[in-house]
Amino acid sequence: MIGALKTMIWRDVRQSYASGGTWLPVIFYLSAATLFPFAVGPDRDLLLQTGGGILWIAALLATLLPLDRLVQPDLDSGFHDQLLVRGIADELIAFARLISHWLAFGPPLLFAALLASGLMGLEGPPLVTLLASLAIATPALAGLAVMIAALTAGLKGAGALGGLLLVPLAIPLLIFGAGSLADQSGSALLFLSAVSLLLVAITPFAAGAALKAMRE
Amino acid sequence: MREEGSDNLCAKALSCVRGDKLLFRDLNFTLEPGQAGLVTGPNGVGKSSLLRLIAGLLEPFSGTIHVPTSVAICDDRMALDENLPLQDALRFWASLDDRPEGDCTDAMAKADMGHLAEVPIRYFSTGQRQRARLARTFLTAADLWLLDEPANGLDTASVELLGQSLQAHLKYGGIILAASHITLPISFDLQLELTALEEMETPQ
Repeated sequence: MIGALKTMIWRDVRQSYASGGTWLPVIFYLSAATLFPFAVGPDRDLLLQTGGGILWIAALLATLLPLDRLVQPDLDSGFHDQLLVRGIADELIAFARLISHWLAFGPPLLFAALLASGLMGLEGPPLVTLLASLAIATPALAGLAVMIAALTAGLKGAGALGGLLLVPLAIPLLIFGAGSLADQSGSALLFLSAVSLLLVAITPFAAGAALKAMRE
Repeated sequence: MREEGSDNLCAKALSCVRGDKLLFRDLNFTLEPGQAGLVTGPNGVGKSSLLRLIAGLLEPFSGTIHVPTSVAICDDRMALDENLPLQDALRFWASLDDRPEGDCTDAMAKADMGHLAEVPIRYFSTGQRQRARLARTFLTAADLWLLDEPANGLDTASVELLGQSLQAHLKYGGIILAASHITLPISFDLQLELTALEEMETPQ
């Protein structure tokens, strides 16, 4: 079981980095962060105040980019069926997807956030808080992406629908994540961790159920 | 109901519904180790659904099906990474099944794909893609092989070669259930002819 999990995760991660799909969210993220100072002007105080929030919204939008290549290709190519025939449950497949997607999405996004925060003039403790909040939230964002990709697989206009689904589900993350930037006590980060943990925990089951329902 | 772990493949009163349509009903057959079965019938009659049902990818509407623990299915989809060379793509399934690496080479040889081991799959022709699918199936140590049109796109020599692999699988006590419009060069112990149900139900 563990061996199969490792094999599946390794294949996904290798494929993501080899296909270049990993860098698309990063480039998007950096472009969004570059545009913002142009749009509001180079006022240092304003950028410091709003920059963190903008970087958070950009992270949410970057989550949407890889949706169409998380689940659908494996269903189309018969990979999923071949795994099922070997007795590997939908939930385990979704769990492997969650981990492999986080590995291909989380670290590059954090790296991009580090670069982008320079453009906003963020440094010192606010920068640490921003990176900590994104680090806590990326597993949940990866989980949301896997859940939404499984739910919308096979549907027409899955991409647009995915965007609509992500917005309400990501609001708790955004509230506590962006909230942690202004919060000195650290409790927002704790709430963010709780929300993130919850989303990660339900991902294998929700995505697995969606994949099962599709076969009926 | 589908139960794993039996030695043979045994269907009792098996029925399958897809959407609103009853595809077949009251299907009874048994294949013992070393036996091969051929499913025939017109397009859309439910041959692929029968194979998918035996593989556990569809739920039977009613009836029971007993299958060996390990099953391999070969349908029209690759389940191999298009961008990888054939041997690397096969290696994924070998490591998932805990098979030694040498088995990939054997499987490719059986499908006459040895010379294409380092070619990415996206460059393959129709026949070569089918042989890659067969190599993936040969790679599994599964007792039961479910083959959906295994000879599609194959030239005469490749069909002969496929026959040899099927024969070897039967000799080692494997079971084969194939749906094919092309005559396969092995002798079948069982012929299942599926007919469209509407025709059966018309009054005599």
